[in-house]
Amino acid sequence: MNIIVCVKQVLDPEIPPAKFKIDPEAKQVIPPPGVPPVISLFDERAVEAACRLKDKHGGTITVISLGPAKAAEVVKHAVAMGADEGFVLQDAAFEGLDSFGIAYVLGKAIQKIGAYDLVLCGRQSADWGNSQVGSILAEILGIPVITLAGDIEAADNKLKVKRILKDGYEVLEAPIPSLVTVSNEIGIPRLPAGVRIMLAARKQVPVWTAQDIGAEPAQLDKANAHTEVTGLSVPTRKTECEIVTGDTPGQAAENLASKLAELL
Amino acid sequence: MDNKGVLVCGEIAEGKLAPITIELLGVGRKLADELGEELSALLMGSQTGGLGQEAIAYGADKVYVAEDSLLDSYNSDAYTQVAADLCSKVLPSIMLFGHTDVGCDLAPRLNGRLGGGLAMDCLALSVDSAKLLVSTRPVFGGNAHASMVSKSARPQMATIRPKTVPPAERDDSRKGEVIPVEGKIDPSALKVKVVDRIKEEVEGVKLEDAEVVVSGGRGIGSAQNFEMIRELANVLGGAVGATRPACDEGWAPMTLQIGQTGKVVSPKLYIAVALSGAIQHVAGCLGSKYIVAINKDKEATIFSVAHFGIVADYKEVLPALTAKFKELLAA
Repeated sequence: MNIIVCVKQVLDPEIPPAKFKIDPEAKQVIPPPGVPPVISLFDERAVEAACRLKDKHGGTITVISLGPAKAAEVVKHAVAMGADEGFVLQDAAFEGLDSFGIAYVLGKAIQKIGAYDLVLCGRQSADWGNSQVGSILAEILGIPVITLAGDIEAADNKLKVKRILKDGYEVLEAPIPSLVTVSNEIGIPRLPAGVRIMLAARKQVPVWTAQDIGAEPAQLDKANAHTEVTGLSVPTRKTECEIVTGDTPGQAAENLASKLAELL
Repeated sequence: MDNKGVLVCGEIAEGKLAPITIELLGVGRKLADELGEELSALLMGSQTGGLGQEAIAYGADKVYVAEDSLLDSYNSDAYTQVAADLCSKVLPSIMLFGHTDVGCDLAPRLNGRLGGGLAMDCLALSVDSAKLLVSTRPVFGGNAHASMVSKSARPQMATIRPKTVPPAERDDSRKGEVIPVEGKIDPSALKVKVVDRIKEEVEGVKLEDAEVVVSGGRGIGSAQNFEMIRELANVLGGAVGATRPACDEGWAPMTLQIGQTGKVVSPKLYIAVALSGAIQHVAGCLGSKYIVAINKDKEATIFSVAHFGIVADYKEVLPALTAKFKELLAA
């Protein structure tokens, strides 16, 4: 089975809110110094889903990441987990693209890679979370899409996908090739073994530009953007927390219970 | 630009208009009135009965009804086909969806097909001076809010998080038009087959309806210790919730996950136990009337959104808290 996984490098979403700063003018987040960017959480699960399919059925995993040269790090992370090859899609014309622009570039790169059985994306990015690149990409590639997968199996040239619902799940059957977006319910991603980390560190990650993938300049023109961000703000939350105390934690608990019982 | 009007993509649940549909009609009516345009709704199902009239009572001027056995329950390929066909005829300027199982799949896909401009998981919608739809949505896991517009792409689309906008008022004297959607669904275009749909029943009170929610995080440490969370929730007649890490560990089922990618709850009382308060979790409980934090780390972020807190090891707090509530509630 040949799988292509789209991954994004993002600001570490686990940073404490105090370190989260924005530039409201530029409508951008200011990356806190000394905090390395990471692979987007759901994209890492997409890589995990790909690795599980490869463990079972063999084949190859190719990873692509649209981003700066540094994005090679997340490609290498995916290789350490079990991917075979990876490419970074970098070009000044790719900066600040909206979901349609991103899907267009990923589509062009996928066409360059060639034959595939399955394309995987995270359900949304951990930063802007636009939650639509996978679905738009599937429309561009002209293949079926299943969103919010919690499990993916392959058998008899078909995919069986568990799609997560608010109160359960549905089981869907899709032809090959299809695109699937992966949710966190798929489970915890594997920790790469040391030897694979070393292998990945030495891996060459070629960079593809707009020209390399044959992207049309008009498709990358920001004047044709479908959406634009017109404002960015940090919501203010003013809550005074009353710390309830007591001689012992148990005593504090009893005091808290009495207080809450009065309020409710 | 030829596109005009607001189109709500309604949802039907158990033969009735789903609550989100009534919320969408409420916000859709406001937007349509501000623009001086029509509000219409699309209902897809196998038996839509009098639901078209009902959508009119909740504010729609026109209701497009697509009835087909293939639309009985959500099918991505079928729903996308019907909605895309209708949009190409009606040419709405704005199209609204719920941020639900249906909307989360249908909206991005339809957007890909129509080439519109979509904002997902919106908390508020308004119209600016240029009559553009302004969608406000959480980004960076809820750390920031972004407003987004589509200058030229149509339709301007948004999914709206359930229970963030007030539902429309019912008025049975309202007049409108129910229009059947013509045309059959092409079965050869249905590539993905729905094999099964499983409802995972959770024992006790439903999270979304609970007045009290007790949630545990990574700090709980084990599946066994998670029982203490369940006991407290039981005594309070409430529901159990969990953070993503706690669900990942398997201490609680995934359906109990609260946060940006899980469930959003707004009970009267939310008790957060041994969880740090990662913003993507907090995003799921900020609407609670009272948030209580129990954590041994006084620097934990959860205290910055909590109304009451105890700084101590939860293992020393929960048994006494549970016992005291039991006593108070028995009295």
